[in-house]
Amino acid sequence: MSIALDNEVDAAAARAAAVVRPSIWVRLIRQPSVAIGGAIMAVMILIGLLAPLLGTVSPTQIDPTTRNRKPGMEITVKADDGSTFKRTVIMGTDSLGRDVYSRVIYGARVSLIVGVTVATISIVVGVFIGLVSGYIRWLDGIVMRIMDGLMAIPGILLAIGLVSLFRAGLGTVIFAIVVPEIPRVVRLVRSVVLSIREEPYVEAAVSVGTPLPLILWRHILPNTVAPVIVQGTFICASAILAEATLSFLGIGIPTDTPTWGNIMAEGRQFFRVFPHNIWCPAIFLAVTVLAVNMLGDGLRDTLDPKMSKRV
Amino acid sequence: MLVFISRRLLSTIPVLIFVAVFVFMLLRLTPGDPAAVIAGDNATSDQVDAIRAKLGLDEPIWTQFYIWVSKAFAGDFGESFFFKKTVAELIAQRIQPTLSLALCTLVLAVLIAVPLGVLAAARQGSWTDRIVMGFSVLGFSVPAFVVGYLLIYIFAIQLGWLPVQGFRRIEEGFGEFITRLILPSITLSVIYIALISRITRASVIETLGEDYIRTARAKGLPARVVLLRHALRNAAVPIITVIGIGIALLIGGVVVTESVYNIPGIGRLTVDAVLARDFPIIQVVILMFSFVYVLINLLIDIAYSFFDPRIRY
Repeated sequence: MSIALDNEVDAAAARAAAVVRPSIWVRLIRQPSVAIGGAIMAVMILIGLLAPLLGTVSPTQIDPTTRNRKPGMEITVKADDGSTFKRTVIMGTDSLGRDVYSRVIYGARVSLIVGVTVATISIVVGVFIGLVSGYIRWLDGIVMRIMDGLMAIPGILLAIGLVSLFRAGLGTVIFAIVVPEIPRVVRLVRSVVLSIREEPYVEAAVSVGTPLPLILWRHILPNTVAPVIVQGTFICASAILAEATLSFLGIGIPTDTPTWGNIMAEGRQFFRVFPHNIWCPAIFLAVTVLAVNMLGDGLRDTLDPKMSKRV
Repeated sequence: MLVFISRRLLSTIPVLIFVAVFVFMLLRLTPGDPAAVIAGDNATSDQVDAIRAKLGLDEPIWTQFYIWVSKAFAGDFGESFFFKKTVAELIAQRIQPTLSLALCTLVLAVLIAVPLGVLAAARQGSWTDRIVMGFSVLGFSVPAFVVGYLLIYIFAIQLGWLPVQGFRRIEEGFGEFITRLILPSITLSVIYIALISRITRASVIETLGEDYIRTARAKGLPARVVLLRHALRNAAVPIITVIGIGIALLIGGVVVTESVYNIPGIGRLTVDAVLARDFPIIQVVILMFSFVYVLINLLIDIAYSFFDPRIRY
């Protein structure tokens, strides 16, 4: 019966909301930064998914005869059957003769995978720890001391330390970027839990003997959704940057995988003569991160107006 | 106030202990035998045994930790595997470039970001505001190494105004020293400026809504005096807090910037150490930077209670 009542109340609230203002989706899409950021992200995801169809060649194909070509030059390629044909390299080639355009396009895949995976894992883990720590008092002290300790180590330094422990690879990089992000999610979720646990509806749920997991799931978790989505967007942006930074320093994803950071790391040596190896991936990287940040700003202004005042 | 200060000091201790334990465990957490990891792929089993004995890895973990901590207190962080020098010596050699870069950046960032933030707040909603905020989002989105190469390309390669890379110690002449720090400092300050100007704007906008601002305006004070003396001063706490928190960004940025500009500082040392799996160096760098970060933020918190009589913890 109580469920039916809930639904009636919800329905009434929804009707009232519909009269007062348009639905959340409409409000989101009307926010220019959400629209622009989202559109750019959609394009990037499409580029990543459709990489083989976008006029790319193999991003790892080394060709000693066409090394260091500047963007827009025409190169002669020898096909497998021995015939040759001409092809324009719109972003040039690197010092091993690999096609920079193809590498940049395939690089989008790694960046997006890292961004989305890091955001998802840190949120799932962070929300779980935050919920439990915020609600169970005796655990709170211990958990928060550990989180304070993790936050005392500057993020990229912690990631560098973790990367040094394991074999280089996508998994290691994701793990190394996730760990510094978790305390930030935990703090956020915990602060929401601490304010919500005093609400009358939580007290009511406790008094009728609702089991703890159910209270957390049904009454507390929904309140964390909006701030966590916003935070997740920012984590995605900083994870993409962190992966590029680690790869650029040569301690991230192995150099045979084309990532934006790796392309730039490779381009450092001949930067004075062939700066295109740095500019091309840099533009993609900056535009992607900018789009995710804009999306985050827009989401925050719409979903979580209280937080937007806090900068 | 004394109660607050001592409580704040005490709360720092567990954090520092956590960092120390974490850094100590870093090497011991490696999957497999740490001695084998250090020795590298081509080591003989004798070499591995020698390293194990040298590091005391045969001892129980608590004894190892005790030895490590007591040596660390005496300034003995062991010897670098790769450079064959003591870590303390290496750090001492490399501290000047890093410290000068960080200080230059800090001064530059505060001098640029605070006025920008105040300007944006005073003209909230105007084009100035939008441009400043747009720059701020951009600053968060463009990684330091891209900014670095952009500046090198424009000011060093195309215009030839400044040297491309490298570092000169201050003893070799101040002019040489400072011209080589200009581009790295600008590079490193971009994200810091983005952060500080954002918070300054938000904080000043909030104080501008206070009653005493209206009073100050009503009694006919010039807008500039209201803005700087009444609004900015009262908005200072969040600004100073974020300058402290931003040190974490600064430390991360140092590693990248030093690599771009070939500055032989601690950041470069860190990257070289990771590539060579030189754990004593990695450990000390993380330990040192984290302690600096925690202690600066501790000092900032304590400073508030002196300078801002409203704060009662």
